This record gives sequence, C-alpha cells and structure tokens, in this order.
Amino acid sequence: MSDTAQMMKDLKEIVKPYIQNQEAFENLKEDTDFINDLKINSANLVDVVLDIEDKFDIEIDNDSMDKMLNVKAALDIINSKIAAR
Amino acid sequence: MENRVVITGLGVVAPNGVGLDAFLQAIRNGTSGIEFYPELKELGFSCCIGGIPSVSEELKRAYFTELQLRGFNSSGILYGCMAGMDAWKDAGLSITDETDYDSGTIFGTGTSGVEKFREAVYLLDDKKVKRLGSTVVAQTMASGVSAYLGGILGLGNQVTTNSSACSTGTEAILMGYDRIKAGRARRMLIGSCSDHGAYLWGGFDAMRVLTYKHNDTPEQGSRPMSATASGFVPGSGAGAMVLESLESALERNAPIYGEILGGEVNSGGQRKEGSMTAPNSEAVQRCIRQALENAGIQAADIDTINGHLTATSKDFTEIDNWAKALNLAGNAFPYINSLKSMVGHCLAAAGAIESVACVLQLKHNFIFPNINCEDLNEEIEALISPEKIPQKVIEQDVNIVAKASFGFGDVNACVIFKKYKKI
Repeated sequence: MSDTAQMMKDLKEIVKPYIQNQEAFENLKEDTDFINDLKINSANLVDVVLDIEDKFDIEIDNDSMDKMLNVKAALDIINSKIAAR
Repeated sequence: MENRVVITGLGVVAPNGVGLDAFLQAIRNGTSGIEFYPELKELGFSCCIGGIPSVSEELKRAYFTELQLRGFNSSGILYGCMAGMDAWKDAGLSITDETDYDSGTIFGTGTSGVEKFREAVYLLDDKKVKRLGSTVVAQTMASGVSAYLGGILGLGNQVTTNSSACSTGTEAILMGYDRIKAGRARRMLIGSCSDHGAYLWGGFDAMRVLTYKHNDTPEQGSRPMSATASGFVPGSGAGAMVLESLESALERNAPIYGEILGGEVNSGGQRKEGSMTAPNSEAVQRCIRQALENAGIQAADIDTINGHLTATSKDFTEIDNWAKALNLAGNAFPYINSLKSMVGHCLAAAGAIESVACVLQLKHNFIFPNINCEDLNEEIEALISPEKIPQKVIEQDVNIVAKASFGFGDVNACVIFKKYKKI
C-alpha cells in the first residue's frame, strides 16, 4: 500500500466516529468535504484535528486547521507537518 | 382559564434502583443503595460511603450514541438524560425529526460535569488548551443536561436549567407546573440531576456535615430521624417527570400518574436563624402553609409527607416546622418518610428523585418505609406519634402527598401531589 493510500485509510478511521453520512463515508475520495459531504458537525472538526495530531504525532496550527475542509487538504497538511518534523 | 397539570411520565436513576420498576421495588422493600467507595478512603475522606446508581457501559449505549459518548465524562448529564428519556417514553411520547414547540424542559442541577472540568483544568494548567477539544463546554455548562435533553427529544418550548441547591428538583416541578398552568407550554419535562464522586462531595466532607461513623456499615449510614443520626450520606442520580396539561393528556389518552395541585417556593433571606447553610424556620413554615393554600387543601387532607430529612440535627427542626405549619402533632400528624434513608442525600437530584417516589406512592397506594430509624430521635418522638414514621411499608390508599425540599442559600420548595380524579 502506498503511503498516501495508507494515510487515507488512517484518516478514514479517524473521521469514522464523527460522520453522519454513511454513503459519502464509504465512497471517501480526495475531494470529499468533511462538513458538506460527511456531515460532520462543525464543532467536531476540532476533535478530528486532535485525533489526527495524535495519530501522526504532529501539531496542527490554527491557520492549517482553517484550511482542513476536505480529505485532500487534510492529507496535504499532514504531509507537510510530517516533512517539517 | 388556567390549565390543570398532571403527571404523565416518570423516570429515575437512583442509587438503589435504575429505572422505574427497580426503583419501585427498592423503595417498597426499603433497600439501601449506599456503598463503601475505596477511592474516597484513598483520598482521605472522613465519609467514605455514598450512593451511586449502577449504570453499565452497555446500558449507557441504550441511551447515547458512540459519538455522544466520545470524551463523555459527566455523570450528572448521564443520569439526567437517562431519567428524562425514560420519562418521555413512559408518557407515551415519541422522538421525531420535527421540533416540538409545545414541549420544553426545566431540568436542574447544582454543578455539571465536575470530573470533565477537572480533566480540562489539568490540560489547561499544562498549557494544552487546544487539547480540550469540543466536548468541555457542553458537559460543564450548568445547562448541559437540559441542552442534551432538548436535542435528544427535539424540544422547542423553553429549554433551561434551574439551580437552587438541594431544592432544585422540587423547584423545577413548580416552574414547569407554572408554565403549563399559564398555557405557555403543553408539556414540560422537569427533573434534576447530580454528579457523583469525590470532586462534588469533597466540599461537604470538608464542612463535616457527612457521617464518618458508618464506613464499615454503609447501609446503616443514612439515618434520618434516628437518635444516632450523625450527618448525611452523599448520593447522586436523577429523577424526571413529564408534566402535561390535563387537556393534552386526555387528548393523547396518556396514562395519568397524578395531579399537581400547586405549591410554593420561597427563601428565608438568611435572616433570623437562617444562613447560607441553615433554614429560617419562619420561612419554612410559611412555604408549607402557602403551598397548602395554593393547592386549595387543608392540613388534615395530607395522607403522607415526604420530608427533606437529611439525617442531621436539623431533622427535628424540620418536623417541628411541619407540625407548626400544619398545626398537627401526635397522632393527628400525617405519615412522614425520608427517601434519604435508602439513597442518601442526592443533593441537586434529591427533590426530583424523591418526588418520583412520592408519585409512585400515589399511583400504587403505599407508603414506603424509613430505614435506619429503629432508634427514633426522642425529641421527634415527643412531637409526633412514632407510628407516623413507618419502618415497614404501609399498603393503603394514598390521595395526597406533600413534598418539601430545602437548600443552601436558605431556599425552600413545597409541592402538593394528588391522585388524579376527573372532577
């Protein structure tokens, strides 16, 4: 499994408890939007970010968090934070 | 015209019984829910016993989703939601996708989520504010319990939390009653809840108002009206009722447990012998008298009283106040009982849990026994006939129950429940 595919899998596992649209979750793609597609309650986005921080051992600053609205943005930010570690 | 207000649903999460059936059986049998908790001893508490409802992880999942339980650490909200949802279901009401503007909730508490707050304080002091996540506010805001219930049930009328220390639950009943009576809501889910554990109970232990004499005999620890009463035993849990206009209940063909005739809330203003922690007897008597007047009943109409009676030296003062307010003594005094002998003092939840017990007495025609007062306090015995303090369950028709609760801040609440009759 490629790094990106593995990361997608990890991310999918992280968002799983918060999603309210099972169909969009099962068809998770790079352009899947956390709020509009997965119907994650916006308040829970901070919990998703905390879970990502724990999983990848990174710290996500406020600016990055504001941009983390879909799967692709999340993957990009995770990658850049890992690279900067 | 003012609405008559009836009770159409009950829910309870008590140290001696979780759910109506278990609780009914426990109070009939005089079953204690008080246990020894090693963690209290570990923390150096003088009183290491308490009352905590038994709720398994599996049972929690019958009420909450996995998402709701993520980072969830507020026992009061847990108990409150369980009791509230049970009462709603018991009243034959359903949960839909629509907002129900005719139904609201007044669900009280003293503090909310003390353990959650403790978690947060540790993270904050460790400079990790971001790590609090999204769950701290909803679980630690005073109105957390009513906010949770409002969302779960889709309530669209008033959704709020009242707080008046140990009179909270009884006060909530009267606030809900007033709202329905005035025609501002058709149904109000009312109740109160209290967290359990060291972080809530510690302040009381420090005040030395808890008993330290029964760490080896927990079930005998809570002794209202006993000569050897030595302080209260802390408890926790929740009680809830669906109050409804008679019109709405009849329209829905709902089961009716009883009627609320009225009541009174007041305060002694911390004047005379009243203080932050002690009641002004004049105000207590006034509250009881006014409750009777508002309910339109005479003292002699009362079949049984459910007192506040915490198992401190104030028990005699309370009974003296009842006797003076009702102008009844000796054999003429009604029956009186204290649920605290079985569940301890459930603090902010006390008024609601005890009121559920009162309504069960009306519905099932019995008077539950007092336990742990085989050695009655002599002053109490001199004032009212000992047989009015039942130590075994009494099976008899119960028509009117008077319930009072008193709280820190010198606040009082008294409510009158009556068996429902058409006219």
